Amino acid sequence: MNIWEQQARNRRNTVLLVLLFLVMAAAVGYGADYLFFDGQALLLTPVAAAIAIVQALVGYFTGDKIALALSRAYPVTGRTFAERQLINVTEEMAIAAGIPMPKLYIVPDPDPNAFATGRSPRHASVAVTEGLLQRLTRDELQAVVAHEIGHIRNYDIRLMTMVAILLGTVLVLSDFVRRALFYGVNRRRRDEGGAVLLVLWLVLAILAPIAAYLIAMAVSRQREYYADATSAELTRNPEALIRALQKIAAAVAPTTTIPQSLAHMCIEDPRGRAINERTGFWSELFATHPPLHKRIEALRKMAYLTVAS
Amino acid sequence: MALWIVLAAVALVVLWGIWAYNRLVSLRNQVANGWRQIDVQLKRRYDLIPNLVNAVRGYMKYEQETLERVIQARNQAVAARSVGEAAQREAELAGVLGRLFALMENYPELKANQNVLQLQEELTSTENKIAFARQFYNDVATKYNIARETFPSNLIAKLFGFQAAELFAVADEREREAPQVSLGW
Repeated sequence: MNIWEQQARNRRNTVLLVLLFLVMAAAVGYGADYLFFDGQALLLTPVAAAIAIVQALVGYFTGDKIALALSRAYPVTGRTFAERQLINVTEEMAIAAGIPMPKLYIVPDPDPNAFATGRSPRHASVAVTEGLLQRLTRDELQAVVAHEIGHIRNYDIRLMTMVAILLGTVLVLSDFVRRALFYGVNRRRRDEGGAVLLVLWLVLAILAPIAAYLIAMAVSRQREYYADATSAELTRNPEALIRALQKIAAAVAPTTTIPQSLAHMCIEDPRGRAINERTGFWSELFATHPPLHKRIEALRKMAYLTVAS
Repeated sequence: MALWIVLAAVALVVLWGIWAYNRLVSLRNQVANGWRQIDVQLKRRYDLIPNLVNAVRGYMKYEQETLERVIQARNQAVAARSVGEAAQREAELAGVLGRLFALMENYPELKANQNVLQLQEELTSTENKIAFARQFYNDVATKYNIARETFPSNLIAKLFGFQAAELFAVADEREREAPQVSLGW
């Protein structure tokens, strides 16, 4: 798959995600209308839809700022040597990829990790942790930044940022459904049609967050391989990314400053969960990142190819 | 009926012609843009080199010859005109710069000098930016040349006189790695 197809697919998936989200919100609103007003008045349906639309717009335009604020990231000034170097390698990679220079942020956390966010190459940010700056050499830092630039150029950031923002809303909505059911069922007589609808509603409330979570995971895993490949393409130095990934994985402490809801955006799972390292159906379903040894294996193959050619 | 089919066919051809022309123009602009990007970085390198040479001159008393060669290569590269000549001069300059960086490894005092470290980082980065800008330039220039030469868009290219873009043909990989040669001395 080439870069244009990847970009197109990401744009399409973002639209699908938002539509799915709006439908779900409207369904929750309709269920609430049924529960509280016997379906006589459509009051909560438009309210829920309006909230969802606002939420999607907020996610689209300020999702990057929310993600950065959640991880307490501060902007890079370039006053220290390490920050200067970060600016330099990012400029290098932006030139190599032919995209504008993204904004740079640092997350105050000693564990090495990095993520990219934004809605397009013109509105993009890259955040790295203090631990990453301390532990990686220049080449390795360049490889990690190139990986993040890959996410930016492929429009992964738009989809992943929307997933992060909407996933939070889905959790709140399903919580609302459960509460509404708890109070609503006590108030209402249980006629047959209503009971069926309520069961459907309950299933929706339970399944929606799981479905949203699975989408987020699937969205993330494939993209890590592509971003690794982009890094190798831009730096022509896959070994540097291999070394960087090994260093990031070897640092056992979880990246606590980056919240869990942003896990799928990071270069390596900030929770350092074992599930990412296993293969098989369930870990394939729930892991945010492909197993490190698989990523390294793929990169080794690229390294071999560049040496051979 | 036949008239309509002919008209539709003509309209399609004209639409395709517009599309092909616009694509060529947009690619040509990208090529020019990529070229400017290289220029920006080259200018930056020309500014940085004298600064670095002056900063290390006091420490590297026995390497005056190398320092002079660096300055000389820089001045020659500044004076280069065509793409081909610039590429050759740039390769020479990158070579002597790599030598200078390698020699600097022999002077531990230089590593303690914050100013020199900073200059070295800026110069290394600029070297990289030049290489990456060239990589990008060659990519878009190749894309443009392919569009210019392949059928059917070559018809439009010939009709409106789109010129071929010149590629950098220097041994790119060797040049890219020049600043990192620190082993063997």
